Amino acid sequence: MAQMPYIAAIDAGIHQEMRRDANVLYFGQNLATTENHAFVAAYGPNRVRVTPISETAEIGIAVGAAMAGFRPVVELYMAEFMLVAMDQVVNEAPRFRYMTGGQVEVPLVLKAGFGFTAGWAGQHTGSLTALFMGVPGLKVVVPATAADAKGLMATAIRDDNPVVYLHHYMLTLEPGEVPDDEYLVPFGKAEIRRAGGDVTIVATGWMVPRALTAAEQLAKEGIHAEVIDPRTVVPLDLETILRSVDKTGRVVLVDQAPRHASVSSIIAAEIAEHRFGVLKAPVVQVTAADTTIPYSEPLEAHVIPNEARIVAAVHKILK
Amino acid sequence: MSLPMPSPERQIWMFTQMLRIRTFEERVKRTFTEHPGVIRGHTHLADGAEASIVGSLSHFREGDAALATYRCHGYPLVLGSDPKAMMAEIYGRAEGLCKGLGGSMHLTDVKRGFLGTSGIVGAGIPHAAGAAWAAQIRNKGNVVLSFFGDGASKQGAFHETLNIASLWKLPVVFIMENNGYNVVTTSAQEDANAAAGEPLSVKAKSYVMPGVTVDGTDPIAVHQAVGAAIERARSGQGPTLVESKVYRLSAHGNIIAPPGVPLHYPEHEAITVFGKREEYEAALRGDPVPRFRGILVQNGILPAAAAEDLSSRIANEMQEAVTFALNSPFPSLESALDYNYA
Repeated sequence: MAQMPYIAAIDAGIHQEMRRDANVLYFGQNLATTENHAFVAAYGPNRVRVTPISETAEIGIAVGAAMAGFRPVVELYMAEFMLVAMDQVVNEAPRFRYMTGGQVEVPLVLKAGFGFTAGWAGQHTGSLTALFMGVPGLKVVVPATAADAKGLMATAIRDDNPVVYLHHYMLTLEPGEVPDDEYLVPFGKAEIRRAGGDVTIVATGWMVPRALTAAEQLAKEGIHAEVIDPRTVVPLDLETILRSVDKTGRVVLVDQAPRHASVSSIIAAEIAEHRFGVLKAPVVQVTAADTTIPYSEPLEAHVIPNEARIVAAVHKILK
Repeated sequence: MSLPMPSPERQIWMFTQMLRIRTFEERVKRTFTEHPGVIRGHTHLADGAEASIVGSLSHFREGDAALATYRCHGYPLVLGSDPKAMMAEIYGRAEGLCKGLGGSMHLTDVKRGFLGTSGIVGAGIPHAAGAAWAAQIRNKGNVVLSFFGDGASKQGAFHETLNIASLWKLPVVFIMENNGYNVVTTSAQEDANAAAGEPLSVKAKSYVMPGVTVDGTDPIAVHQAVGAAIERARSGQGPTLVESKVYRLSAHGNIIAPPGVPLHYPEHEAITVFGKREEYEAALRGDPVPRFRGILVQNGILPAAAAEDLSSRIANEMQEAVTFALNSPFPSLESALDYNYA
């Protein structure tokens, strides 16, 4: 185990896989511009390349290289930059295996940061996770800890499908214990970050630490919240969530996305359909407002979920 | 660089492939009237482009790859795909090339190097560059052929990819089949180069690669032009843009209509939209398939009787494809969910 920041753990995951598999490629903008770049130095300029600002070509090239047998990791920096190349993300990469009746596989990783609510205003702060969730053929992972950042990246690279790997910018320097040895985190296996029997809180990304802080405050009042981090939203470990709901009968879903484009709204629908009978109160969603993220600090803080709103939501359904 | 003339046997092979494409697609077109409802959605025919397809693929080697568009029936036939499986795919059947999941627009035969066909204009161009990057890393002298239409050269994907392909000296040849029409829009209406009377191959200049315009109705000319580009790519000198000028002899596709309206092929847009019947009839007179046959017969390469024999053998081959496809079962309902994830 070593202490390292979340961002370094992502790199550790890519290194782990590039060392073991010569078919793994890593490329993108503003990366590998000198021979001293750690990845170029380790794996050479054939496998690690800088690209122009051409997201459609970058992702399209990844699709083609993947169909030809390689495992590309595209450094996209920000999730919004995928919007420039939405056709490749949504209507190319995840379609080929299906349309060809399984003749090709498209193993690639689209690595992008999201949710940078640190004054990045309207176009670099989005939480677009749910946008990719509705695309059959894509897998979508959202690491919330340094260890998961490494293990989910490694699993994403080994996966034979296109994977959207969304790391949260607000967690960039968050330190954590990360296993030194080969480390893989399975897809579709939620982590119970804190056990409790009174209420189930489900959160992803940066909302996980916020939910945990809220749970600590609630514990002081004698309310025991169970905090679940799905870690991957495609595949989604609904079983772990539903099992928790069976125990608590009360649910708060926390999501940094706008309410009507959130992962939480999808989980809420599943809970409503499958656990209506055990719910003791309505499912409550604590999400961002349906708004563009404002620049000004107090406004930005106002529109995204925080600990106080999570605590208030729990109080509301425990009344 | 000038390549040697293909051998007489090779020229006969080229004509054979051209005729197979034409005959296969005539059977696709006839299906709309003979077996209404069997073909769904949208099909796009390559009639008029056979010489371009065959001339380009005449250099194809083991390990090379080709990627194309929704107008994709011709390439796999030349690369050795079974016309029975192709027709079954177009009919949506279990024994289709893609198990009935892709249809006419997405024919793919990976075993034969036909790697994928995107139905989105221009989107397949970067895929070809990605496959070419793979070939460059493997360093075995393989190339990738990227086929697309003139319309795609107005997409960002085209420009972004040509830039990177040139920068990285990728072993890829970009083959733009310019059939003069982007659906119902003429090139001059949507392309600044065309409007200025320039060939579309001048776009290559922006990306520091050779740009060549060739008569795409002449299989030998295409064989020479694409062959030179392929040699350049194989030897590590990077990509070439080849503009292959053809005339699409059918409409863009069958009519677009909701269920209940029988699908058919309308007349060509030159006639229906622009009223240029003479332009279309001139193109028909220049039809590359009978023209190449005439040349081979005239040059004594293919005796007329042998040509007749070939036509009837190919007609039988494609009849068998239709019969096979009609008798192939529909895929199991469970298979609809089988291929989303590996």
